[in-house]
Amino acid sequence: MSGNMNLTLKIWRQRNTKTKGALVDYKVKDISPDMSFLEMFDVLNEDLISKGDEPVAFDHDCREGICGMCSMHINGRPHGPKDAITTCQLHMRSFSDGDTIVVEPWRANAFPIIKDLTVDRSAFDRIIASGGYISVNTGNAQDGNVLPIAKQDADIAFAAAACIGCGACVAACKNASAMLFVSAKVNQLAHLPQGQPERMTRVKAMVAQMDKEGFGACTNTGACSAECPKEISLVNIAAMNREYLKANLISTED
Amino acid sequence: MAALTFILKSSIGNKLIMGLTGLFLIAFLMVHCIINSMIFMNDGGVIFNEAAEFMGKNVAIRTMEIGLFAGLFIHIFQGLNLVFKNRKARSVNYSVQNGNKSSKWYSRSMGLLGTLLLIFLIIHLRHFWYVSRLTNEISSDTNTLFDEMKKVFASFWVVLIYVLGMISLAYHLMHGFQSSFQTMGWNHKKYTPALKMIGFWFSVIIPFIFSTMPIALFLGLIK
Repeated sequence: MSGNMNLTLKIWRQRNTKTKGALVDYKVKDISPDMSFLEMFDVLNEDLISKGDEPVAFDHDCREGICGMCSMHINGRPHGPKDAITTCQLHMRSFSDGDTIVVEPWRANAFPIIKDLTVDRSAFDRIIASGGYISVNTGNAQDGNVLPIAKQDADIAFAAAACIGCGACVAACKNASAMLFVSAKVNQLAHLPQGQPERMTRVKAMVAQMDKEGFGACTNTGACSAECPKEISLVNIAAMNREYLKANLISTED
Repeated sequence: MAALTFILKSSIGNKLIMGLTGLFLIAFLMVHCIINSMIFMNDGGVIFNEAAEFMGKNVAIRTMEIGLFAGLFIHIFQGLNLVFKNRKARSVNYSVQNGNKSSKWYSRSMGLLGTLLLIFLIIHLRHFWYVSRLTNEISSDTNTLFDEMKKVFASFWVVLIYVLGMISLAYHLMHGFQSSFQTMGWNHKKYTPALKMIGFWFSVIIPFIFSTMPIALFLGLIK
């Protein structure tokens, strides 16, 4: 078909967490501009399998931009050259015939590489488990409108809740800081009535877990927000700093 | 005081120290700039020397000077501490860097700019603070601080170092000023745009005024 592309890929190959990795060159031919970036990888992997080579391991799940599973660092940018999308929503029409594309995994010591382009993001799960929840009694859920929530608070909470936990913020940050991810959850729950009882303990516990996982500190460069597929705002980080200072300086809770 | 250990233990606490000491140093810069601007009175340094003498002899000011050095050292050590900690968070780097696509170069280079400023500061303190506070070379009649300024800034290379130092300061402030407010949690859609604008112009104007001083003295525009 006309308009199809031949590309050179430089892909990070690494056998497991302990071994050293390297960029390996691959050629893919006759790639349709309508393919998604991950479909292009499927084509490459089919080709590798048919040759008896090891396919490239990469994370993916929903392929519709909502699950937060895909995670490629493409030509120096998390989720590739387009703004506000995940890798699965990136299409090959964003590239040109003859391009060389460098694909690397998220790089952060808190996200150890499992294999090739897949990284272990369970550090995020542990941060959420440390406080990114609300405690409720079991039983029937109460009526949705029993607790009135001001529209502006609902909007702020909703915008923060859009975070899919993909880790692009960590990947983009020069310090591999998880501040944007953690602050999105902290600020979401801080704006909802259900989040109030654990508000002060939550922020302390989540920040402590974040530091323990080995993420860097925040330099306020804004790279996280610029690369976030869900456009989570830096305002969340300021809000979390405020929550954290309040919890430590003003709150009488331990 | 156990409640305050978070300042030392947590990344947000560490950052708070950077922001607060940074703002303290910004306040000092303003005072320093206003006093030094007295040389532009072009009165042979009379008013400037009086102001400098007041700053040198006043007990309150000298006590505050200790606080200033303390703030400076904390800012430097905490900054270096954070730079090394943050580097440890990513031991294998990308072969293709994100670069300027999603952040400003100076926001990513605060450690480098700070190091350049530290080198400048050592030279600057040797030129003026050391000579006026720790030696007897400056006196009110034979060799005033203004005379010393004229001597120091007679060299082209010294003037160049000072101008380069002020360029580093401008970029350091351009990120640092607004960043310190973000760290303290002050980000509000009503005030932050104004605050960022004030930060930008502060970062341009103060280093600009400072760098005109050695240039004006070198060119003999002030006598």
